Parts: sequence; C-alpha cells; structure tokens
Amino acid sequence: MTTEFCGLELEHPIINGSGTFDAIAARRAFGDELLERFPFAAFVSKTVTLEPRQGNPPPRLWELAGGLINSIGLPNKGLAGYLEHDLPRLAELPAPLIVNVMGFSRDEVAQLVDAFAERDQVSALELNVSCPNVETGLMMGADPGEVARLLERVRPLTAKPLIVKLTPNATDVPAVARAAEAAGADAVSLINTLRGMALDPRTGQPWLGGGTGGVSGPAVRAIALAQVHAVAQAVEIPIVGMGGVQRGTDALDLMHAGASVVAVGTESFRDPAAGRRVADELVSLLANSAV
Amino acid sequence: MSAVRAPFGRRAARVTAREIHGAYVVIRCRDTAGPRPLAGQFYMLQSAERWGGGEGERPFLPRAFSVLCAHASELHFLIEDVGPGTKRLCELQAGDELLLVGPLGNGFAPPRENREPLLVGGGVGIAPLAIWQDELGGRARALLGFRDGAHAAGAALLSGVVVATDDGSVGHHGLVTELLEEELDDRGDHVEVYACGPPAMLEAIRLMCAERELPAQLALESGMACGFGACFGCVVPTVDGYIRLCLDGPVLDASVLRTAAVAGAGH
Repeated sequence: MTTEFCGLELEHPIINGSGTFDAIAARRAFGDELLERFPFAAFVSKTVTLEPRQGNPPPRLWELAGGLINSIGLPNKGLAGYLEHDLPRLAELPAPLIVNVMGFSRDEVAQLVDAFAERDQVSALELNVSCPNVETGLMMGADPGEVARLLERVRPLTAKPLIVKLTPNATDVPAVARAAEAAGADAVSLINTLRGMALDPRTGQPWLGGGTGGVSGPAVRAIALAQVHAVAQAVEIPIVGMGGVQRGTDALDLMHAGASVVAVGTESFRDPAAGRRVADELVSLLANSAV
Repeated sequence: MSAVRAPFGRRAARVTAREIHGAYVVIRCRDTAGPRPLAGQFYMLQSAERWGGGEGERPFLPRAFSVLCAHASELHFLIEDVGPGTKRLCELQAGDELLLVGPLGNGFAPPRENREPLLVGGGVGIAPLAIWQDELGGRARALLGFRDGAHAAGAALLSGVVVATDDGSVGHHGLVTELLEEELDDRGDHVEVYACGPPAMLEAIRLMCAERELPAQLALESGMACGFGACFGCVVPTVDGYIRLCLDGPVLDASVLRTAAVAGAGH
C-alpha cells in the first residue's frame, strides 16, 4: 500500500521521529543491509542548526518505567557541515528525505529554510519549534502568535512542504496547530518529548547534564493519542502522529485518532529494525480493517 | 581500530548455558545469524520474555555487554546483578531466548611493534580482556582487581593473572592500579596497556600511562540506549570534542581522551 503525504508518495505510513535514528551511523554499524531493509518510508534527519553544536554534557540518559528521559542538546555539525557531509550521504537512502531545522530566531530559521529551499535531495522541511526565540524569550512552539509570525516569515521562501513539529509542553496545542495551518504549514507533527527530570539517588541533584530532558517511549503514548486526537479536531492539514509507538496497533490507534503518517522513535533504540516491523504489522492491520 | 559489522536489526539467540563464577553469571547463547565478533566489540542484550516489570518497572532499554568469549557460533557474556536489567539477564536459563543486536563498536588493535601486551581489568570489566587474551594466544599477562573474594572468582576466566582485592581476601590487598604501577616500575618500558574496568580505575591508568608515555587502549562504558549511534546518549569527551562511544569506541586510545572517568557510566 502507498500513502500520500504532502504530495509525497510513501511506500507505507511509517517514518522516524527526528533525532531517533541516525541513518549515517546505522550504515556504519550495519552496512548496506540497512539500505536493503530500510525501515522508514521517509527519513527525517536530526535537527540542523545554523552553527555547530556539541550538545549537552553527559549523563544524557535516564531510564524510566516504559521509557526514558534524554537530554542530548541537539548536537549537529551546523548548516555548512550538514550540507557538506550529511546531505550527500542521506540522499543515498531509499526514501524521501525530510530535513528538520531549528533556529533561535525567525531570521535563523529563515536562513535554514532558504538553504534547503531549492535542493532536489530534500523532499520536505520540518520546523523544530521546541526552543526559545532569543528575541522574545517565548518558546516558539508554545505560542500561537510566535508560530504564525515564524510561518509568515519562512513560508514564502520555499515551495517544499513545511511540517511544524509541535511541542506538547504548551497550554493549548490545538491553538498552535491552527495558527500553523492558517499561516501556511502543510502538516503538523506531534508529539515532541515531554519535559521531565530525574534526580541522582546519591546526591538528590539533577542526574542529567542538561538538568531537565525529554520523556519519550510507551510512557507517553496515551498523551500522544490525546494530543493527536485534539489537533485532528482543530486542523484539516495532515498530521504525523508519534509517541511511544512499539507495535502496529499503536500506529493504528494514532491513525484512528487522526494521523495520516506515524513516526517510530524510541522503539528504534530497542530494535534498529522496529520501523520495518511496525510497518508490516500496520499494513496487515489496515488490510483487515475498514480504515 | 577495526570492526565487524552486525546484521541489521534485533535477532533471537537461544541460551545454551548459565554458569556461576562467584558473584558473576556467565550466559552462553547460540548466535548462528551473526558474524564472529572482534575482541572488544559489544552487543545490546535483552531477554525476549519479561524485559520490564522489575525494580521501578524497569528494564526498558537493552543493555550493552562486551563479549567475553566467542567460539564457533556460541557467544559468552559476563554479567553481574547490579540493577533491574542485569538482574533479569542473570536469571536466564538454558532454553530461554535472548534478543541481541551486534557485534557493535570497534575492537582492540594489536600491540604496536615490539610491545608486550599487558591486560588490566577491574570487576566485570575483565570480560573483553578474556577474549583478547585468548586472541593474543594466551601470552598476555593480566592484572585484575576485584572488590572481594566472591568477585575474584571471575579471575578464573583468564590465565596468568595477578589479583588484587579491595578487602585483601585474595591476592594483593589494595587496588589493581598499585599492581600496575609496580609492574611498570619494574619492566614497563615496552608494554602496551589494555584496560577495562570502573571509571576511576581507567582514569588512573590513563594518567599513569600518559606520564610514562606508554600506549594504552581503554574499553569504556557509558549509559547507552541503542548501541548504534541513534540516541547520542553515550558521548565521552575527547580532544576533538564529544564522540559517541558506541560508534567510535568502546575501545579508545587513551591519548584521545580528556578523561576516562565518564559521567553516568554504570547506571
């Protein structure tokens, strides 16, 4: 079965969540068998920022009941490094490429969008708005007005599909989704991780080097389902649903709640080929259901 | 440092035996689908059944283990029950199913020209040194440190060993790094050190070897969710910035490290 998403024809409805699968690293670990059995119908790359980032000091992980907290801090080579080193290698993947970008101001996001606007290797852009706008101090993705002004700025720069990755750490997520749609977003994706914290049992101080982190995994699945359902009532544009997907039934739930495409994230840590398994299970469930 | 590539995805391997070595358990499994690993490479392990539901409703993530021994298509892993993941793995019996991804990371490189390999291990960190000693033809001497007599039973997994224990119940009463210092003072000009163990031990060895300008290959541990570069959780600080231990390690040349005392290891 194929899935249409923002004008892209996908082999099946399963993609990856940004920052949960490094296809270049996975090819080092598994060789070209990765390409032969590529788990995702589209590949979303890890967030690219304008300048290179080292990421947060370790420790960066804390295991939870049914999930984990990560405090990675968006390490990446920066735009120039991504264009030179990563983009040519990601273009070799047997799936359309969606580039996730994040800026600390509207100007920065505009520069990033502009840099990918005309590149044939890139099928779509995802905007990571889970960060503060250093000019206003507001978290871009938590405020409908911020999201609207951002889209107004970057929408004219490219004809490629723009997906807004919504943060669940907002008071009114459907309102943010509506603002994104009204300002020209082609799709929204949710949920990003939920802010969480772990304390070092020996000291009572924050365990993670970054202080707080993002909670993901099956522990957040019910929250993802509720937020996707609420956003689906608020917008007409397609939704990429994600949060704790481990099996085909979890993906089917998100589709019933309103998602067109479903992303697998944390489960890939437990099984690198999880996306392929979830896709197979989902396709078989869809063939036997009335969706 | 070289690497053997893993098949893509997680696969099942049948547990063939469970052996007790004092405070440690050795789990053997039959892995017919994977290549023979290099000494120093690791696998991500979880049990097929009941992975979860232990202390704090954990484990959730797989756990990284250096391979202890690889013969024909049988893999051996050395495990100490220190938390919900290792506890569950220690319970596995012959016939149970293990899920694994690997071999991952890189292995030890042979000693530089004319250098004598010297193995230094601490606790459960003796595992990669056992397979490395085997590959070196059993000729490498090993200095091993343990907490107490129950843990020192693990020393039987290597040959030609000198043991130190924290409580003095077996061998030298003190730290394995004291044995190493003596060894290097006596005849240390031509050795290459291979070490694996707790962060403080590795950091002491790194400093000792740097001071004496001796090459050292250290097998590190770091909190790791995936083992194949996806999570970016296992970084260690090097002279070139953070690197992911799962991809560029776990064996690192001591000279590239800013510190071997990695934060968050052993969780």
